[in-house]
Formats: sequence, structure tokens, C-alpha cells
Amino acid sequence: MSDALLISADQLVKTYTMGEEVIRALNGVSFAIEQGGYVAIVGASGSGKSTLMNVLGGLDTPSDGRLVIAGQEIGSLKDAGLAEFRNRTIGFVFQSFNLLPRLSALENVELPMIYAGAPHRQRRERARALLQRVGLGERMSHRPTQLSGGQQQRVAIARALANEPALVLADEPTGALDTTTTAEILSLFDELNREGASIILVTHEQDVAARAKRVIEMRDGRIVADRRRAP
Amino acid sequence: MIRTGDLVASAGRALRSNPLRSLLTALGVIIGVASVVASVALGQGAQASVERSINSLGSNLLIVVPGAQRSGGFSGGAGGANTLTLRDADAIASEVANVDVVAPTQRAGGQIVADGANWQTRIEGVTPEFQIARDWSVASGRFIEDRDVRQARSVVVLGATVAKELFASLDPVGQQVRIQRGSYEVIGVLDTKGQGGFGQDQDDLVIAPISTVKRRIAGRFSRPDTVSQISIQASQPDAIAQVQEDIEALLRQRHRIQTGEADDFTVQNVQTIAQAAEETTRVFTYLLGGIAGVSLLVGGVGIMNIMLVSVTERTREIGLRKALGARRRDILAQFGLEAVALSLVGGLIGLGLGAAIAWGITQLADLPLILGAQSAAMAFVFSAVVGVVFGAYPAWRAARLDPIEALRRE
Repeated sequence: MSDALLISADQLVKTYTMGEEVIRALNGVSFAIEQGGYVAIVGASGSGKSTLMNVLGGLDTPSDGRLVIAGQEIGSLKDAGLAEFRNRTIGFVFQSFNLLPRLSALENVELPMIYAGAPHRQRRERARALLQRVGLGERMSHRPTQLSGGQQQRVAIARALANEPALVLADEPTGALDTTTTAEILSLFDELNREGASIILVTHEQDVAARAKRVIEMRDGRIVADRRRAP
Repeated sequence: MIRTGDLVASAGRALRSNPLRSLLTALGVIIGVASVVASVALGQGAQASVERSINSLGSNLLIVVPGAQRSGGFSGGAGGANTLTLRDADAIASEVANVDVVAPTQRAGGQIVADGANWQTRIEGVTPEFQIARDWSVASGRFIEDRDVRQARSVVVLGATVAKELFASLDPVGQQVRIQRGSYEVIGVLDTKGQGGFGQDQDDLVIAPISTVKRRIAGRFSRPDTVSQISIQASQPDAIAQVQEDIEALLRQRHRIQTGEADDFTVQNVQTIAQAAEETTRVFTYLLGGIAGVSLLVGGVGIMNIMLVSVTERTREIGLRKALGARRRDILAQFGLEAVALSLVGGLIGLGLGAAIAWGITQLADLPLILGAQSAAMAFVFSAVVGVVFGAYPAWRAARLDPIEALRRE
């Protein structure tokens, strides 16, 4: 199963128009990622890594090229289709956690399941299990403001896993954390990957990228390096 | 796909998270719906009251009064002229078809005194037909009879108000009262009719034989055979128009009024009086309701304003929800529902408040309180419509947000 393809990207192009100028944020990007992969995408700001992230997450669609994720052709999806793709196939982890402050940790984790239409009892059980899994069994009813940064990011990771996504997309997940907490969160990613989760993380920190099994480096909308770590 | 229950719960949670703001936002709708409900209830109450009192005048009733209601250039002052006579009344009774009862009356004002208590009231000199024409019933004792009129006996029948003022809880029948220098025996007390269409007390009167009033009370101010009005009861509602025409023709002939000359009398009929009064109160109700409706509209603008602020404040939340799988219509439904919920809660509170205001005013003004399911349904529908109309634009703005932009926003 681990060598089946999860993502197949072929000559992806994404252009933006800014006034008169046309910006090619992605300029012919091709790669493939297999199931169970753990990939870091690195590059300076403006290299196109955030655009690639948005396209992979179904937040944006490519202007040209072909992108297939978990058997779905992304370019052909409309709003409702993209929403369902984000809901079922992708689990997002953000730099700034993006938890809803009004909701408890448990309710934040339930959110993607609400949009999946899961019944209440089932959501509760799954959210509890996920919070146990990320080590927050004692703090399920806490609000985000009552949690430390590391704990908030654990809640966000539990939320990303809620609908058993094919792919976890993490955008600078340790960018707002101190060194100790960063190490903890990265260990969690390692564990999740060992348990079978496919993870892509976008970062500009070399030591964070070094934890991944494969590092794709981008510059000016192109892939300039693609290194695999020896297993 | 999100479940409806979760959508409702989410809207409720968003509104509860800032209860003061929610309440203030709903306040516009609360005031709007309350004023619509209250003004409609009051208008309907006033209308019912007017209808009731006009109907209590008597059914199929026509009233002839001296003087013209309108006459270009010349006005003799309606009711003031001495143009109607007892013989006119006799002629109507004998010559006009479909007339059941003709009741001439002589009106006078006076002070009535009993045992130290006194009361200023109006005195109607009547014949027995007056009871039928004006639909009076007697609470105790008896009404004026033919022999009272023939012999011009010194007897009176008291209206309920007069009886209460002069005798309190005592039964006045058999007691003596004084009007001017004369002494009169009370032979009966009338049942109460309540307030008239224009707020006057219909029970504030004293009834005496017309002959007695003409000779002993109004004597100095009236010629022997004139009357102040003639009440006529037509035999059936369909006949009223024809009877009115016939009476007008007869009186014009009797008063020798040439073609083109103005009448020196006016025939009013209860139906046209009722229609005019009803029209007045209806216009009044629409006017009040319209003004109240404007405040409901302003309440809607308030909701739109706050919802727009809310969408701006929650841009990141919207972005996040989209990233987690919310479709455009889910966001549209969420914000639309919040607006509708605000408006509906406001509508329900407004309904209660409006009912309370209407109750208070009807208590003070002695009107019937009419609060139907109609008012409640109207409040519900109006506030739902306000919520949908004014919530639509902010919700559309929210649904349209680009998730990438929204997530980047601080």
C-alpha cells in the first residue's frame, strides 16, 4: 500500500494578475508523492511554496496542469466539490493554530465532522479519542485561551485528523512555538507518520525540514531540489 | 453535509456569545414589532368599539334632524332650526312604506336632583316607539307608555349612569326626582349600553314623555309642535335606502322646498354612519401600522449593520470553516440563520411587549382588547422576512470570501 500514489502533479501552473503584471507563482511543477509519505516543502518567501500548499489543499485551483490527489482531479472541482475535498481528504494544520476561541478543545476537534454531517454522539467519541491520542485527555473542555501554544497546536492536529484525511497539510506548524514545544510537535508528526498518516509540511526552517523523509525545495515557482533521506 | 440541527446550534451559540450586542441588535425589531402589534390591536379595538356602539343605536335606524348637513354658502346650523314637527312624524308613519316605527323626540338639557344629589344630563322627551327604534331595554320598572304621553304625566325613566349617580345602589323605581321646579316619579331604569362611538356615555340620559318635556321642561325654548329629531325604524335592511329617499321626498314636499333649493333637514342612516366611522378607524389603523412598519424596517437595517460588522470581525473564522469543509451555502446558511434568529427572537419579544402595551392602553381607554392569532402570525412573518431580507447581503458577503485571503487576515 505504501508505494501507491497519493499525489500526482504534472506541470502545475498558477498565475496571478497584479495590475498589468502577470505573476507565475507556480511555473511548471511536477512531482509525485506516495501513500504514507512525509515530505517537507522548503523555500524562501515568494518561492511559490505557499501557493503550492493552497493548491494541494484545495483552497485554490491550478491555472494549468494536472493535479490528482487521492484519485480526485482537483482542476475539475467546483466550490461544493472543493469544500468536500477539503473536508474529507485534507487535514489542515496552521502556523497560528486557528482554533475558534468560543469553542472548547473538544468542540474545535468536532468542527470538520460537523461539516461532514456526522451525528453528535459519534463526533464526541471520535473527538475524545483524538484528544487522548495527542495527549490532551485532561483538557478537553478547555477553551483555546486556557491552553498553551503547544497544547493549542495539538488540538489543531487532532482536528486535522478528525475525518481520517488522506493527507495532513501543515503550514509552518512550529513557526509560533519555542524550541522545546517544536520538538514535541515534530515527535507527534513522526509518530503519526509511523502510524500511516501522509504528511506534507511547509517550512523555512532547515532543522524542521530535516525530520521529513523527503525534502522538496522550491525557488521562483519551480522545484530546484528533491532529496530523499535514506531510510 | 452539515445537519440542520448543528447549523441552528451554531447560530444560537454565536448569538449567545455576545448577549448584550444580540439584544441591542434585536431591539430595533423588538420595538418595530411591538409597535405594529400594539397599533393594530388598538385600531381593531377602536373599530370594534365603534361598531358595537353604532349597532347599539338600533337596527335599520334612520334619523331625521332639522337643518342641512351641508349647504353651500348658507348654513342654518344643523339641528338648530325648528323645521321638524310632530305632524311630519305622523306623515312619515302613514305615507312611507316599509316603516315599522316612527319615534319623534324632543331633547332638553337639565339638572336632575334627588335627595341632595344632583346631576347635569340630557333629557329626551319620547313616545313609546323610541324604545323599539333605539333598541333600549329596561333593567327595572317600565318604559314610557301611551297614557304617560297622552296625560303628560310627570314620570321619568333613568339611564344607568344617572341612576347610579343619584341613587347609587338603591333601586330608584318609585322614588321622586326634581327637574327645574317640577317633581317627577321614577318609573323605570334602562339597561346599560356603554360608551358611544365617539366616546360619549350613552347611558347618561333621562327619558320622559314627549308631551311632558315640551310643556314643562323645554317649553320656553320650543314651539308646541316642533321636535328635535325623528327616529325611524325600517322594516328590513334592504329597505333603508328606499325609505330614506321616500322620507326626503315627502319632507321636501311638506316643507315646500323647490327643486334646486337646499333641504332644511337631514336624513342620516345608521349604516352610512357606521361605514364612515369604520372607514375612519381603518385609515387610522393603517396609518399607525404604517408608521410602526417603518420602525420595523429601521430595525432591519440595524440587523444588517451588525451582521456586516460581525462578518468582518469573523473573517478568519469564515476562512477556517471553509478550509475545514464548509461550502459557500453552509456559510450563507450560518450567517443568514443568525440574522433570522435575531429577528425572530426580536419578533417574539416584540409580540409580547406589543400585547402588553395594547393591554395597558385598552385598560386606560376602556376599549376591547383584540389580539388574534393574526397579529401573532403577522409579527412572526414580518420579523422572519426582515431577518431574511436584511441578513441576505451580509451572509452573501461572508459566503463569497476567499478562504486564503480570509485566513491571512488578522
